[in-house]
Amino acid sequence: MSVAAMIETTQYLSFTLDDEVFALDISKVREVMDFTTVTKVPGTPEFMRGVINLRGSVVPVVDLRLKFGMSKAEKTVNTCIIIAEIPLDGDTTVIGALADSVQEVFELKTDQMEPPPRIGKRLDTDFIKGMGKCDEQFIIILDIDRVFSSGELTVVHESGRGMLL
Amino acid sequence: MDKHREAFKDEAYELLSELETSLLELEDAPEDIEIVGRVFRAMHTIKGSGAMFGFDDIAAFTHEIETVFDLVRNGEISVTKELIDLTLSARDHIRTMLDASDGGEATNEVMAGEIMTSLKKLIPGSEEKKEETEGPAAPADLIDEDDSSPTGLPSPDTQGGNITYRIRFRPSRDIFKKGTNPVLLLDELRRTGKCKVVAQTDAIPLLKDFDPEACYTYWDVILTTRQGINAIKDIFIFVEDDSELSINIIDDGGRLDNAAGYKRLGEILIERGDLIHEDLQKVLGSQKPIGEMLVDAGVIDTGKVQSALIEQEHVSDVRESRRKAESLSSIRVSSGKLDSLVDLVGELVTVQSRLSRTAAYQNDPELLSIAEVVERLTCELRDNTMSIRMLPIGTTFSKFRRLVRTLSNELGKEVVMTTEGAETELDKTVIERLNDPLVHLIRNSIDHGIELPGVREASGKPGHGTVHLSAVHSGANVLIRIEDDGSGLDAKAIKAMALERGLVSHDLEMTEKEVFALIFVPGFSTVKNVTGVSGRGVGMDVVKRGIEALRGSIDINSKKGAGTTITLKLPLTLAIIDGLLVKVAEEFFVLPLSIVEGCVELSREDVARAHGRHVANVRGEPVPYICLKEHFMINSGTPGIEQIVITEVDGSRVGFVVDDVIGEHQTVIKSLGSFYKDVEGVSGATIMGDGRVALILDAPKLLQAVEQEEAGIYSKNAKLNP
Repeated sequence: MSVAAMIETTQYLSFTLDDEVFALDISKVREVMDFTTVTKVPGTPEFMRGVINLRGSVVPVVDLRLKFGMSKAEKTVNTCIIIAEIPLDGDTTVIGALADSVQEVFELKTDQMEPPPRIGKRLDTDFIKGMGKCDEQFIIILDIDRVFSSGELTVVHESGRGMLL
Repeated sequence: MDKHREAFKDEAYELLSELETSLLELEDAPEDIEIVGRVFRAMHTIKGSGAMFGFDDIAAFTHEIETVFDLVRNGEISVTKELIDLTLSARDHIRTMLDASDGGEATNEVMAGEIMTSLKKLIPGSEEKKEETEGPAAPADLIDEDDSSPTGLPSPDTQGGNITYRIRFRPSRDIFKKGTNPVLLLDELRRTGKCKVVAQTDAIPLLKDFDPEACYTYWDVILTTRQGINAIKDIFIFVEDDSELSINIIDDGGRLDNAAGYKRLGEILIERGDLIHEDLQKVLGSQKPIGEMLVDAGVIDTGKVQSALIEQEHVSDVRESRRKAESLSSIRVSSGKLDSLVDLVGELVTVQSRLSRTAAYQNDPELLSIAEVVERLTCELRDNTMSIRMLPIGTTFSKFRRLVRTLSNELGKEVVMTTEGAETELDKTVIERLNDPLVHLIRNSIDHGIELPGVREASGKPGHGTVHLSAVHSGANVLIRIEDDGSGLDAKAIKAMALERGLVSHDLEMTEKEVFALIFVPGFSTVKNVTGVSGRGVGMDVVKRGIEALRGSIDINSKKGAGTTITLKLPLTLAIIDGLLVKVAEEFFVLPLSIVEGCVELSREDVARAHGRHVANVRGEPVPYICLKEHFMINSGTPGIEQIVITEVDGSRVGFVVDDVIGEHQTVIKSLGSFYKDVEGVSGATIMGDGRVALILDAPKLLQAVEQEEAGIYSKNAKLNP
């Protein structure tokens, strides 16, 4: 295999929210764990589900369904938490993302990825890196750093304070 | 090698701060020869180990200062403010050199030169005269080369390298005729270390045969010193040829120590050749003390026995003090290791609470007793680990002496700093993070608080201002006070400035404390002119953030014209606290046990009787309460009887209503991370025995939030019904 080919291929982890398939860069994912008890932090918006105990450290969990404006889902056996590492205010922060189910790890060449559509999507284009196709199914590839960028979190903080007062 | 260089630098930084402290102390007590000795030792160690690890520039530079302090030690020049100033800047220069070796900013050679020239000027006379003074000083140098303090007594911390010698010096009979006084030689020996001399007089003849010009006496000397054997031989260099001199090492600083004390008297005498083994055996039959027996038996005279006894006593003394020093010794551990130890203990505490919970659940007596033992041990381990991290705050205090000195010089004010409670211990992290806030507070006190000497005298105060730093334990907190007797805060001026900036509205009634709190608003400053010291309004914001990050609080008390007192209340430790676990609906929360006063029940009838007001009757006193369920908007049914946890927050009693009080909980504090950094009312999280996360409540913040909320409601009501 040539070096160029290696650079062009990236591995993604696909997961579902509702009926849609999403994916994120596997290099951002630390692990996937089963759903566990989440402790809600009072005075925070609903999509911030709370914190969990990840082998002794406290990790915040975000419900991606609620974050993307979908309805809240009941927990099933497939519900899981994707633990990702994202840069936040210059530090690497470990964060959990709640997903309905995790599917598979697949490879995608750069040229197989289309830019996000300009209309007809339910998501803010900022979060989307591109659209991939795998087994005749469209997959929305998320830019996970953007999803949890500090701009997004500022909104989180303001709304959090609003609820508290 | 790099590791050694690092170790040297660690040590050097420590020595430099010690040097600074000693110098400042020396300024207060210029005559104290003990402090001069300390300054000298610190510099000497930096010089010596610097040269060893290739910091030649540092060694060379330090050597020059050391030369000056050698003269101070010999009383040739006296301690002046100028000398202290110069030495302090020299100290700073050494620090820069150390930093520079790390790739830090380059050192300023010009400044180094200036320091050197000014230092040399302090040496009496001109440059040439300096050469002369150095000449005669040379022999003294030889003796003191190895750090022995000016009195010649080895200081306890240098005891390690001490060697004990047995010296027998028998001068030739005609030594007096040659113009040598043996007593002077013995005096010189005495100066090198701890020394005991026994004169042996058995060779002195009867008076009729006595020649007054001959020396019949000879001496046994037991000497403990850091000098090598050659240095001792050098003392006798002029008499060596016709005197009988024997030098033996009898204790070489620990390497020869055996478990049982020192040799027995008989062994000493045999070893010296004063007694032969057979004689000893003959005498050993009787019961008297061996020395007495030997004398009685006539095999040996009293002088010899006395000398041997003194050797015995001296060597056991030396060993005794060395043992003491060893048992007091400490080891240097990197703080990273300590941090990970604390982390591990934290996890152990979590696991232990899980074990206790499981044991209680299974109700197996054997398991329960094991769980109890583990709990006790974990508790002790926790306390011990925490105490390792505790440091006296005094180290920080002494740093501020320098700050006060520099600042008051710069501003032309006379400020005396007094401290109290320097031995108060605080967690290492707290002390480190306390530094910046304290610097800002002290700068503020000196710049804004303390007036110029003229102004002070005009208002009937002493010309010099006082900044008093104190630290004291108060429950699970430490109170740190910064008091000054300066001009105090002007509440009117602060409010006027706040109005001007639109920080408060005109009609707002504010208490004095609320007004004072305005000085913590970023960018707030009542000073018209920004000075190099302060006035930009940044400092107090830094203070507030720093203290809040430590879960502490700030209290200001001030009287115009009389001074300001700022009290910082800080928790003892950051890592683990005792907490009270409570339950609200399905959620668990922890309240710091240090603020909890007690728990009372709150029944439906009580609530009804209070007509919806959140005030409970606690032993005849009204106590307002905050209903956590309402405040956190948790939707669930209310049990028939709720519990109120009564706490003391900022001097007043507040209750927190919860569904159930679970009990005491060893709380390992975990940060919620930057994701939740701005959530108010929650200061952190902890992991419970079953692995779930419980949130730690920040009672003062909760109270503030509720107060603001209610104030908002009232002001709205007021607008609606004018």
